[in-house]
Amino acid sequence: MAGNSEPLSPRAKLAVTAGRAAAAVSRAAGRGSGSVIGGRVALKLDPDLLAALATHLDVVLVSATNGKTTTTRLLAEALRAAGPVVSNALGANMPAGITSALAGGSDARYGVIEVDEKYLAGVARDVNPKAIALLNLSRDQLDRAAETRMLAEKWREGLAGTEAIVIANADDPLITWAASSCPTVVWVAAGQEWKDDAWSCPSCGGVLQRPSEDWFCGKCGFRRPMPTWALSGDHVIDPYGAAWPIHLQLPGRANKSNATVSAAAAAAFGVDPKVALERMYAVQAVAGRYDVVSFLGRDVRLLLAKNPAGWLETFSLIDGPPAPVILSVNARGADGTDTSWLWDVDYTRLAGHPIFVIGDRKLDLAVRLEVAGLQFRVCQDADEAVRSAPAGRIEAIANYTAFQDLRRRVGN
Amino acid sequence: MTDSSLRLVWVYPDLLSTYGDQGNVLVVERRARQRRVPVTRIDVRSDQAIPTSGDIYLIGGGEDRPQRLAAERLRRDGGLGRAVENGAIVFSVCAGYQILGHEFVNDLGRPEPGLGLLDVVSVRGEGERCVGDVLADIDPALGLPPLTGFENHQGITHVGQRARPFARTRFGKGNGTGDGTEGAYNDTVFGTYMHGPVMARNPQIADMLIKLALDVKALPPADDQWYEALRAERIAAASQPA
Repeated sequence: MAGNSEPLSPRAKLAVTAGRAAAAVSRAAGRGSGSVIGGRVALKLDPDLLAALATHLDVVLVSATNGKTTTTRLLAEALRAAGPVVSNALGANMPAGITSALAGGSDARYGVIEVDEKYLAGVARDVNPKAIALLNLSRDQLDRAAETRMLAEKWREGLAGTEAIVIANADDPLITWAASSCPTVVWVAAGQEWKDDAWSCPSCGGVLQRPSEDWFCGKCGFRRPMPTWALSGDHVIDPYGAAWPIHLQLPGRANKSNATVSAAAAAAFGVDPKVALERMYAVQAVAGRYDVVSFLGRDVRLLLAKNPAGWLETFSLIDGPPAPVILSVNARGADGTDTSWLWDVDYTRLAGHPIFVIGDRKLDLAVRLEVAGLQFRVCQDADEAVRSAPAGRIEAIANYTAFQDLRRRVGN
Repeated sequence: MTDSSLRLVWVYPDLLSTYGDQGNVLVVERRARQRRVPVTRIDVRSDQAIPTSGDIYLIGGGEDRPQRLAAERLRRDGGLGRAVENGAIVFSVCAGYQILGHEFVNDLGRPEPGLGLLDVVSVRGEGERCVGDVLADIDPALGLPPLTGFENHQGITHVGQRARPFARTRFGKGNGTGDGTEGAYNDTVFGTYMHGPVMARNPQIADMLIKLALDVKALPPADDQWYEALRAERIAAASQPA
């Protein structure tokens, strides 16, 4: 591995080679990029491979319920100002995918790694990161995932005493709870629209008081820490009070929030916020998300929203009425098989939009929209929905596998 | 009804609104309004007193720790029991259902007293969580079509002499006791493990609660096209192996 002071052990080298071979076979068989299978094979041969690959890198981990893939892209772009970066940019965020990504970046100096929430503490132990960015935690796939506060508790225990600089969103009480066991925390006022997973104090269970942007527990005194970085409108405010404009191609408040956390994380690596933010402009679509495609002669913007917090942020970034909206929901394994969460989303926000409903679970959506008092039309597929939509760019919002189905259909 | 509008109380959304069960409130409210019944929706946070003058109280599911906190606060408050004495209707789901019973197992693994409004006792199952679509036949005495819902729990709930099972499962675990029972009810207090939310999948239950509250035998028809389509799909799905 060029540029590394210590070479990998023979066992680690063998593991990397075997992993690459497995990935190549998987690619040849038409089963995607092969990064996960490659990583799995490599980790089996050398369980310490992830740690070995990370030894020579300055690593930053990114985790959250929402925005981790985008933030990983933004931060990777920012850190390229300081040197070559390796990153699991395609969102393969469990140990096998991470191993595979790191094995592919032999010249890199920095590793920007998205980590699935469940694996954060373990990966942090393995790779000894220099920084960890924590964005938000909210309900997601509750038929199979850990309870949200339990996840925060696991982070809190797993990250206690970490040597990493933790960059954490002070506006999310669960993130604050998770991060406040860490010795070095940079608090960022990154905002969070969704509040319904943090009405009780993560520490004592008291009811949180939330006057405007602040939050505190009236019972035990656990409260929002004083942030040193902040998102303020279209600007990032740095610890010296300087305001840096955010110029992104990616839409929405949530992405400004992601950019703010990325700027604060990049600063931990010595990258100036001005430089970091300018570089983030280069990030366009992230794995198809926010992409505007042409389909059946119409412009369609593809938007991914996987859980109630994600839908809420998405509603705030779409074009106003009368922009047509397509909604697509599936409930396959990767989506979570329970659709009850649709009822935690405030669909009345779509009033005035012509709405078209598709996906495996279009009937759940139909009942949801009927009860919200909205006009809508249930369509068989994306083609029918697009053909039925009145003039204007179409906003297509879909959850995980529905989004993949949509991308495949529109040829993205 | 104590005044001209139907008073719909949504109990502790800060603790027991994690699994989409606020859909039950939305469906009851919508279907009452469609029948020109004015509705006052009252959301009660767990640091507020439970009003005793409500007509229908809805309680949802929540995670283990919030469930314990909710039970502590509801016991201390006492308002829900007084409301039931006044003849109020209570419909509860999952964690809320367990809280209405005599006892359940809390997040610390210890028995936690419930409100004793429903003659059930819940313990924690040792096996896998019960997760998936359920199809069940509701107690014929209630005159309702089959129950469809989604269960996601680890509880085992035993129904005592002073309550009746709400339904008998055809597919799914329900109360987890192995005898096919699902949920429980007495005169005006109902409990079920069904999410979905249960009223979105079974609007006839919402109508039953409205009729009980208004003390009427029938309601004007509502347009059930989408509910019926969803029911047919989910009933078929529950009947198939996953």
